[in-house]
Amino acid sequence: MFGLFKKFKDGLAKTVSTIAAKTHGLFGGRKIDAASLEELEEALYAADFGVETTEEILAEIKAAYAKDKTLQGQAAAAIGAAVLKRVLAGSEGALDGAGAGGPGPGSASPATSKEPIVIAMIGVNGSGKTTTAAKLGWRLKEDGKTVTLAACDTFRAAAVEQLKTWATRLDLEIVASHTGADSAAVAFDAWQAAKSRGRDYLIVDTAGRLHTKHNLMEELAKIRRVLQKNDPTAPQHRWLVVDGSLGSNSIEQARAFHKSFGLTGLVVTKLDGTSRGGAIVGIYRQLKLPIYFLGLGEQAEDLQPFSVENYVNALFGLD
Amino acid sequence: MFESLTEKLGQALRNLRGVGTLSEENMAEALKEVRSALLSADVHFKVAREFVERVQQQAVGQQVTKGIAPGQQVIKIIHDELVRLLGEGTTALSGERPLKVLMVGLHGSGKTTSTAKLGKLLKKRGYRPFVVACDVYRPAAIDQLEILAKQEELGFYADRVSKDVPAIGSAALAEAQAATADCIIFDTAGRLQIDQDLIEEVKRLRARVQPDEVLLVADGALGQEAVNVAKAFHDALQLTGLVLTKMDGDARGGAALSIKTITGVPIKFVGTGEKTADFEPFHPDRLASRILGMGDVVSLVEKA
Ligand SMILES: Nc1nc2c(ncn2[C@@H]2O[C@H](COP(=O)(O)OP(=O)(O)OP(=O)(O)O)[C@@H](O)[C@H]2O)c(=O)[nH]1
Ligand SMILES: Nc1nc2c(ncn2[C@@H]2O[C@H](COP(=O)(O)OP(=O)(O)OP(=O)(O)O)[C@@H](O)[C@H]2O)c(=O)[nH]1
Ligand SMILES: [Mg+2]
Ligand SMILES: [Mg+2]
Repeated sequence: MFGLFKKFKDGLAKTVSTIAAKTHGLFGGRKIDAASLEELEEALYAADFGVETTEEILAEIKAAYAKDKTLQGQAAAAIGAAVLKRVLAGSEGALDGAGAGGPGPGSASPATSKEPIVIAMIGVNGSGKTTTAAKLGWRLKEDGKTVTLAACDTFRAAAVEQLKTWATRLDLEIVASHTGADSAAVAFDAWQAAKSRGRDYLIVDTAGRLHTKHNLMEELAKIRRVLQKNDPTAPQHRWLVVDGSLGSNSIEQARAFHKSFGLTGLVVTKLDGTSRGGAIVGIYRQLKLPIYFLGLGEQAEDLQPFSVENYVNALFGLD
Repeated sequence: MFESLTEKLGQALRNLRGVGTLSEENMAEALKEVRSALLSADVHFKVAREFVERVQQQAVGQQVTKGIAPGQQVIKIIHDELVRLLGEGTTALSGERPLKVLMVGLHGSGKTTSTAKLGKLLKKRGYRPFVVACDVYRPAAIDQLEILAKQEELGFYADRVSKDVPAIGSAALAEAQAATADCIIFDTAGRLQIDQDLIEEVKRLRARVQPDEVLLVADGALGQEAVNVAKAFHDALQLTGLVLTKMDGDARGGAALSIKTITGVPIKFVGTGEKTADFEPFHPDRLASRILGMGDVVSLVEKA
């Protein structure tokens, strides 16, 4: 657990330092002026917050500045952070205890009568679904849960091999077929296997698809329908895996996937770089989908629960 | 959001009706909306500002041509400037033979797929392409390229044991020569521009294989981060071109303008699907219209 915590701090430390560098002096002890307000606007856009959130944060800081011309950078940062925390209130997803009849926190005993909680990873091409499925499997296993992976990307070259390699590396159970197989059939079989072995979770990796492709979105719906033959509540979790370095298109993606698959949450990946992933704020504003995890690297342990407090403080360089 | 933007631009253009000469004042509102359009297409903040300033300088003082609505004229100036900027430089690849191409970029941007796509395209143009797996990290990255190479009947080289990427590059060159290949494309691992170790690795690979083309493969939906990415990759590797992927979706592609402005490197290819045939030479006018949301803009101008 110590390793995990350290990684979290390291990952965030990078984010903190880059945001702080961007807004250097701005969020320090210096007084706010017209030039620093412009810099602030730029920093907010640069975080991919988009027009709406940027304007809202700026408006509040400007209003405070109009009242108090001696406003300092640190105080402005606190106002910005407060606005963002307000916007993101309620956005923390918590996996434990979710799903009716699911195992509570820490319960490791597999009861053979129970049904697996199914978590489906969906999203556009290359967003990080397969890696996140592996990371999550490892994390749940570390927590004492039992997990089966389902390799339902039967389309992309070597997608099955990719998840199999992860399964071997992390010693996770996997149900897979071959490239070209029916992805819904793999999901069905994997559910049956997870159920008969009394596993706590079934994590379903799916093929990347752009949200604009109707036939591919239909295929996703089919996976869901087939899983529901086993358990009408499956998949209990339908997570959109969002690449944190993308801009406003993430909002279109979320809207489209939500419409055809009924999303229940988000995972935001690749935040170990200098991307701030601000597009998730826009997604949350519009769809109110909780954010479960952040991806902070390519290794199994680089998946961290989302915390509004940590995320916002990191963005604004607050402690 | 987009709708209200279109409305706002419509209003701004209508206000230009009856104007004889374009001035800073009478264009201000329209230009503000254009900046807003660029921002919502994910063009970098600074790039958007500089672009609008340049357009303003060009337009101020211009007489409105008879028979043309002033709004239309402004839009034309903007569109033409954007096409000019995006289209600067050549989309053609170097004519060297053998032609050596290095593919680089962030994680999941489409490097491996684009390597196979480029191989296929060059094969059609009469080359004997050879692709090289230099991603020694991502699970099954080598398998992915191998499968695509088999499918497209391209020469292929990988070393499943070594982690020494520059050495793999050298060995691949020798193999390619022995196979009388005249075009060698190196697929590399995804890497963050701030990952010093991995940037050093690809620099060493570049120094070793001396590519004629270094192509940055970037996701068409990339956000503001595009500038940091482009700048760091260009500084480290002296890019010669950009491949813009996943443009079969509805991303507006503003990142391409940011990357082009920051590096000056020409956009060479566009990825338009997951299949190896979904790969096209770049057309600046199409991208310009897309970034501006031009379909809507043109109809607005007609109404104005
Ligand atoms: N730096 C970083 N890289 C990541 C992270 N998550 C995933 N990646 C990398 O991103 C690339 C794409 O990840 P995948 O898991 O294959 O993405 P995917 O969504 O399954 O891709 P498709 O199945 O092709 O649509 C790989 O190189 C991963 O190692 C992250 O949090 N940080
Ligand atoms: N729709 C669409 N998908 C694409 C395009 N180019 C690549 N892809 C998909 O994007 C995903 C990632 O592509 P890869 O070629 O594996 O990306 P990569 O840059 O090699 O990824 P890493 O090696 O993990 O960094 C795959 O699902 C591809 O099928 C494109 O132009 N359009
Ligand atoms: Mg995948
Ligand atoms: Mg690759």
